Amino acid sequence: MLFGRVKGTAVCTIKYQDLEGVKLLVVQPLDKHLKPLGTLQVAADIVHAGVGDLCVMVRSREAALAMTDVKFVPIDLAIVGIVDELEVRPDGDFDFVLKKGWTAYT
Amino acid sequence: MVLGKVVGTVVTTISHQDYKKRRLLVVQPLTLPGGVADEDFIALDNTQAGIGDTVLVNREGNGARQVLNNPDACVISVIVGIVDSLYISDID
Repeated sequence: MLFGRVKGTAVCTIKYQDLEGVKLLVVQPLDKHLKPLGTLQVAADIVHAGVGDLCVMVRSREAALAMTDVKFVPIDLAIVGIVDELEVRPDGDFDFVLKKGWTAYT
Repeated sequence: MVLGKVVGTVVTTISHQDYKKRRLLVVQPLTLPGGVADEDFIALDNTQAGIGDTVLVNREGNGARQVLNNPDACVISVIVGIVDSLYISDID
C-alpha cells in the first residue's frame, strides 16, 4: 500500500462492462515524505476522493477486491482511504541498517 | 515477510470498510550495510505497534486475508509481529 495525490480525473466512454460507474482518477504515487515516485497512474476510486486529496492506495489483485460489487474486474490500483493526518519521522531518527550478531530492539 | 521500522502514522477518517478498526502505519524496510534501501510502504497494524518499533510485515494479499479473517480483504501489507531481537551470523 502506498500514498498518492489525486491530480485529475480520467473519463472512458468505452470500457470493460463491469467498470461502468467506477470513478477513475489520475494519481501521482508518493513516498513517505510525499515526494513523487514514478509517473502518473490511473486509480479506481471508491472513497469519493477529490482533486488535491492525499490518499492511501492499494495495488495488484487487492485493488480489484476493493471494488464494492463485482470483485473480478481489471483494476490494479485503487484508492482505499483519504488521509486526514500524517505523521512521519525524519530519516535520521532511526537506524535502518541490520547489524551482525545479536541486536535487541525492545 | 520483511523486517521494517515503523516511522509514521496515517489517520484516515474516510476509508474502505476492510481498513476500519485498525491503524495504518508507515514502514521503512531494514537493509544490510551498504545495501540499497527498499521503498517505504503503508501497512495495516494487527499488533498494536507504534513509531520506532521494529516489526515483521507480511507483504502478500493471501496472508493478509488470513490474518484479518476476511476472504475478500483488499489489504496487502499487514504487521504481524513486533521484533524483540535479531541474530544475524554473517553479513557478506
